[in-house]
Amino acid sequence: MKAFAQLLELLALTPSRNRKIEALAAYFASTVDPDRGFALAILTGALTFKNVKPAVLREVVTREVDPYLFALSYDFVGDLGETIALIWPHQGEGEALPSLSGVIELFNTTSKAELPGLIGSLLTRAGINERWALVKLATGALRIGVSARLARTALAAMSGKALQDIEEIWHGLAPPYGELFAWLDGKAGRPEIDPTARFHPLMLSNPIEAGDFEKLDPADFAAEWKWDGIRVQLIASRGRVSMFSRTGDDIAAAFPDVVDNVFGDGVLDGELLVGHHFDPAPFNDLQQRLNRKLATHKHLTQLPAFVRVYDLLFDEDADIRTLPWSARRTRLEAWFGRHPQARLDLSEVLDFAGWEDLAELRRRGADEHGHEGVMLKRKASPYVPGRPKGLWFKWKRDPNVVDAVLMYAQRGHGKRSSFYSDYTFGVWKQDEIVPIGKAYFGFTDEELKQLDRWIRQNTVQSFGPVREVRKALVFEVAFDSAQRSSRHKSGVALRFPRISRIRWDKPAAEAATLADMQIFLEAT
Amino acid sequence: MVEPFLHRNLYVAPIDAFIDPPRPQARAIVTHGHADHARPGHGTVLATPDTIAIMQARYGEECAGRFEPLDYHVPLLVDGVTITLIPAGHILGSAQVLLEYEGQRIVVTGDYKRLPDRTAQPFEPVACDLLVTEATFGLPVFQHPDPALEVARLLRSVAAFPARAHVVGCYPLGKAQRVIALLRAAGYEAPIYLHGAMLALCALYEARGIGLGELCHALDVPAGELAGQIVIAPPSALRDRWSRRLPDPVLCMASGWMSIKQRARQRGVELPLVISDHADWNELRQTIAETGAGRIWVTHGAEEALVHHCRQQGLEAEPLALQAYEDGGEDED
Repeated sequence: MKAFAQLLELLALTPSRNRKIEALAAYFASTVDPDRGFALAILTGALTFKNVKPAVLREVVTREVDPYLFALSYDFVGDLGETIALIWPHQGEGEALPSLSGVIELFNTTSKAELPGLIGSLLTRAGINERWALVKLATGALRIGVSARLARTALAAMSGKALQDIEEIWHGLAPPYGELFAWLDGKAGRPEIDPTARFHPLMLSNPIEAGDFEKLDPADFAAEWKWDGIRVQLIASRGRVSMFSRTGDDIAAAFPDVVDNVFGDGVLDGELLVGHHFDPAPFNDLQQRLNRKLATHKHLTQLPAFVRVYDLLFDEDADIRTLPWSARRTRLEAWFGRHPQARLDLSEVLDFAGWEDLAELRRRGADEHGHEGVMLKRKASPYVPGRPKGLWFKWKRDPNVVDAVLMYAQRGHGKRSSFYSDYTFGVWKQDEIVPIGKAYFGFTDEELKQLDRWIRQNTVQSFGPVREVRKALVFEVAFDSAQRSSRHKSGVALRFPRISRIRWDKPAAEAATLADMQIFLEAT
Repeated sequence: MVEPFLHRNLYVAPIDAFIDPPRPQARAIVTHGHADHARPGHGTVLATPDTIAIMQARYGEECAGRFEPLDYHVPLLVDGVTITLIPAGHILGSAQVLLEYEGQRIVVTGDYKRLPDRTAQPFEPVACDLLVTEATFGLPVFQHPDPALEVARLLRSVAAFPARAHVVGCYPLGKAQRVIALLRAAGYEAPIYLHGAMLALCALYEARGIGLGELCHALDVPAGELAGQIVIAPPSALRDRWSRRLPDPVLCMASGWMSIKQRARQRGVELPLVISDHADWNELRQTIAETGAGRIWVTHGAEEALVHHCRQQGLEAEPLALQAYEDGGEDED
């Protein structure tokens, strides 16, 4: 456990990506199985414990520490795990912690009723850094600036294997990854995995810049609407279907309405949406079905899901990723022709004469149908995993902007802890200001400091970690779209709000009114 | 208890004097030499000889109209008030102020700590009726580790990265000298390299009898020779061009705030060293209990939590909002 705690601390504090990779590679090379496999699982978020939850930890700690002092401390520290590690009032003598796999086994085998006692005794036995690692392990929220990809990059660095070879099989493997390490150590071949578990890293787009158009020939590109859902990869093979999110999480269980209705084999790339008769509902509706393990009956009937498909990676068993987009599109249309679908449809290819023509189409699509923008795909391009330059572009609609008034500020968590970096803002409704959204910091460090100072000096009241401020500071807030919402007092909710400018110059009286918001609502 | 003769802005009414006043006053009692306590421009300054020497080194010989040095433990009677300075353990010369008047005993701690420190006279608890305590680290998350262990971590890192310079961010008065003394106590005998801002104060400590071993100005040697060496610099120099000339520096920081990893990350610190010159949560509580005071005024930091704790102990407690003590003044610790 000690080595793992040291690794976590080093990862958390080393800003250099290369040094993180070195440290990870050194740890994987020098640590025995299954400890290193469990460490990998923790770093990649592949390990969760059924009964060990942040609420249990909180309960363990508040048994020992005054809840008011705990709340003040948490507000100050800004990270639950770190607060628990620092505030734990007992320090045991002697007996060291079990190994990492020992701790994991205890977490998995201890009954719910005995868990608080176990966690308490482990916290007491741990040194301060181990305590921090222990809490991170238990809450699953590492926040140490290591992505699953970085961990896999370190595996590649340690073994000399290609990153892509690791990524292809990654999703078919399970902790503690004995087979994987055997292959990486050169003691066995690459693990064979079920084809439906083989996630194929996605091809991503770059935002198009104003200067790009003159360099690009419209005849080389196909255009499609940019759908406001989430990107998924569907893999169907001999009656089994899996559905991965962009980051490779398998989300099939939450969308039985889709995965039980895929006919034919292949690997498809598309957008997950909800709505009746293939008519996409706003993202808010989809959101109600995301981050859930299972779907309820109400979800299945009121918010049925479907996938709008725009690419084919495998046609039946044949890998066609090296074919140009236009050939893949032809195969995709033929695939749909062979296999009539109930919950999949084809993304439309837009007709356009030139960039100006497409710009007009994009504007109308946004205003009249609420589309997020358009996608441009080079017709001659193969399917390249990652974010290659010059092949796929996203051309988002222009953001809407509104001048809103800062109402509340809260201390940020993680990297921004201790600064007031989380803001609620609103617009006028007659004589009062009603909230329309919340956004995190979107400024330079200097602006953040200025803003933090302003908030401290203009606080009217505090509610725990939240400060209500004098209604005097105007933010220019950019957002993708506005939707009606019964959860907000204003009746309006913004999609992707971000603070584009601080308007130190603008008097609050000149900020927008709720009536001004109506035109954004009518656009969707 | 009767209304105390000390006002909430630390004005001692019977003798018309302020303790650590932020603005120039006719009479000031100064607890220690840090800039948020010792300001220039007062008429008369009463302080320990060490504190006076520090003030004169920082602000000039003439930074007050008149200096009245008062040794520790020597009572001084002024207009019916007996003033005694008691070691606070914070930095060289730091003192608590004991005031006795008409049967009331009041102690203003100034900044203090209770862990051993070769560079400061050791703290002593003083029985009193009203205790004015600091609370820089007045939250239960602050439980400072043994500083010897922190210095051992620094030395392990120095051994592990012989090609890199370790630059340790330290407040130039107090922290820098303490870290040097801790390194010496751990058996580190190599020269320690100093940023220019440290030179005068280290010389002052040495002149007042606190040996720090061999010290060199970091600019006097070619940057390449600092690989594998320890360099002490003010925190502001860590992110500055100054430390970028060092060979692949490991940025370290010695401060009580470094127990919070997110703080260390925000400052780009790779090796946080939890070394504090302030009392931690346990020392604060211990001190409050040992003084036997029935009334506690809490200032300088996380007042709310300590006030809550005192009230739970049945003590009368309130926060003092002293002006000029910045919210979270993180550099001086």
